[in-house]
Amino acid sequence: MDAIALLTIFVLSIFVGIEVVSKVSAVLHTPLMSGANAIHGVVLVGAILVTGKANTTLELGLGLAAIVLAAINMVGGFVVTDRMLEMFKPKPRDGEAK
Amino acid sequence: MTPTWVRLAELGASVLFILALKGLSSPKTARRGNLLGAAGATIATIVAFFYGEKFYGGPIQHLPLIIVATAIGSVIGWIAAKRVQMTQMPQMVALFNGVGGGAAAVVSTIEFLSAGNPAQTRAALAATVFTVLVGSVSFTGSILTFMKLQELMTSRPVVIPAGRYITSLVGLLTIGSAIVLVTWLDSAGNASSSILFVLLGLSLIMGLLLVLPVGGADVPIVISLLNAFTGLSVAASGYVLGNVLLIVAGTLVGASGTLLTRMMAQAMGRPLTNTLFGAFTAKATTAAGPAEDRPVKSASPEDVAIMLAYARKVIIVPGYGLAVAQAQNTIRELVELLQAKGISVDYAIHPVAGRMPGHMNVLLAEANVPYEQLKEMDEINPEFAETDVALVVGANDVVNPAARNDPSAPIYGMPILNVDQAQQVVFLKRSMRPGFAGIENEVLFDPRTSLLFGDAKESLTKVVSAVKNL
Repeated sequence: MDAIALLTIFVLSIFVGIEVVSKVSAVLHTPLMSGANAIHGVVLVGAILVTGKANTTLELGLGLAAIVLAAINMVGGFVVTDRMLEMFKPKPRDGEAK
Repeated sequence: MTPTWVRLAELGASVLFILALKGLSSPKTARRGNLLGAAGATIATIVAFFYGEKFYGGPIQHLPLIIVATAIGSVIGWIAAKRVQMTQMPQMVALFNGVGGGAAAVVSTIEFLSAGNPAQTRAALAATVFTVLVGSVSFTGSILTFMKLQELMTSRPVVIPAGRYITSLVGLLTIGSAIVLVTWLDSAGNASSSILFVLLGLSLIMGLLLVLPVGGADVPIVISLLNAFTGLSVAASGYVLGNVLLIVAGTLVGASGTLLTRMMAQAMGRPLTNTLFGAFTAKATTAAGPAEDRPVKSASPEDVAIMLAYARKVIIVPGYGLAVAQAQNTIRELVELLQAKGISVDYAIHPVAGRMPGHMNVLLAEANVPYEQLKEMDEINPEFAETDVALVVGANDVVNPAARNDPSAPIYGMPILNVDQAQQVVFLKRSMRPGFAGIENEVLFDPRTSLLFGDAKESLTKVVSAVKNL
C-alpha cells in the first residue's frame, strides 16, 4: 500500500484513539491502561509474519524470541485485565448502602 | 498480495479493538470490552498464518516452531496473569508492556536484516529506526519500573553523579546514530546493519537512564507513558511491514495511552515534563525530614475503637499498606459494624491510592465493598472539615500536606485528601517509615493525631473486636 494511504490510516487512528477514551472515569484508568497494553500485544502478528519468512538462523532466533515476548504481552495482558474487571461486576449483595 | 478475506478479517479485528477501548471506558461495559479486544487479537493472530505464498515467498516457513513459540508465550503470559496478586498488578502491567515493546523492536530489526535493503525507502528506514528506538526504551524502561515496584531495587529516584550529562550524551549519540542510519547508505545503496545494532544498544541504555531518576508516586505515570510508547512503536513496525492492522492497533494504543497519561498526571497535579525530568534537577535531600525524634501520640486498639464508636461521621482513607496487609475484608467488617451503630462512614479514594489510578477501587471491589461508598477526592474533600475521625489505613503520601505547603517536596502540587481538617486523625501504620515518595508527613506529629502501630490487618482485627466489646 502506498505511503500516503498508510499515513492517512495512521492519522485517523490517532483521532479515534483519543476520542474513544476521552470520557473514561478515573476508576477505570488502570484497567484501561492494562487493556490497551494487551491490544498492542497484537505485534504478535508482526512477529509471526517476519518469522514465517526468516531466511537465516539469526532472523529465525530473533523472530521466535519476538513471538514469545509478544504472546506474553497479548495473552497476559487480556487475562490480567479480565481479572481486574471481574471485581467490577455488580454483585448480588443485599445493599443497605445508605 | 495478501488474500482479500485475510484483510477483511483484519479490518474486523481493528473494529473490535476500537470497540474494546470504547467499552473499557465505562464500568458497565468494561469487561465485555476487554473480551472484544481479546477476540480481535485472536482473529488477527490466526489469520497471520494465511498471508499466502506471495508474502511468505512460498509456504510459511518454520510453522511448527512458530506455533510452539506462540504457545510458550501464551502459557507464560496466562500463568503470570493468573498468579499475580492484585496488589502487584501494576508491575505486571509494566512487565507485559516492556516485553511488547521489545517484541516490536525485534520485529523491525528482523525486517531490516531480511528486506534486502535497497528495497527499503527512506520512510521505511525512518519507521524502523523509530520502532527500534522507542521499543527498546520501552523494554528496558518498563523492566526497571517493574523492579522498582516489586521492590527489587529502591523506589526512590536514583540520581547518578553527572546523570544529566550522561543522559544527554547517550541521547545525542542515539539520535545521531538514528540519523546516520536513515541518511547514510553504502555504495550498494544499503543502510548499515552494524549501526542498527549500535542504535539498539544505545536505546536500551537510554530506557534505563530515563527511568532511573523517576521515583515514588511518578512511577505509574511512567508505566502509562511507556505503554503509549510501545503502542507507537508497534504502529511504526506496522509501517515497516506494510501491515494496516498493526498501524491501527498501535496507533489506537499510542493515542489513547498518551491521553490517559496526561489524565493521570493531571490527577496527581504534575505536569508531565516534571515527572520525566523533575528528578534530574531535584535534589534527593528533601527525603530526610528534620523530624527524627519528635513525639507522636500512639493509641491502643481500644482507644481507636472508642473514638470511632462515638463519632458521628468517619472517613476511611485506604492506602497501599491496607492492600499489602490484605486487610480489605477486615476494614469492610469494621465499616459495617460502625454503620450498624448509625455512624456515617465513607471511603475516600485518592486518584492514585494504591499504586495506580483506580488500583484501590479494584482492591476494595475485590473485598465486596459497595461501589457507592467509595468517594472520589473532589467529592469528599469538603467533608473532612465536618468529620469526627479520619482513619488512615496504610496511606501516607496522599494525605501529606507537604504537597500543599512545601514547594521543595517531590510531591508538591499533587492534590491530597485533607485529613488534617478532620477533628481527629488516626493512622494505622507499620512504622514511622515515610511513604513511597520518601517524605516526612507533618500530620503524624499533630496533637490531634493518634497512631496505632502494627500490621494493618492485625490492628484492624483488634479494633473490630474492641468495637464489638463496647
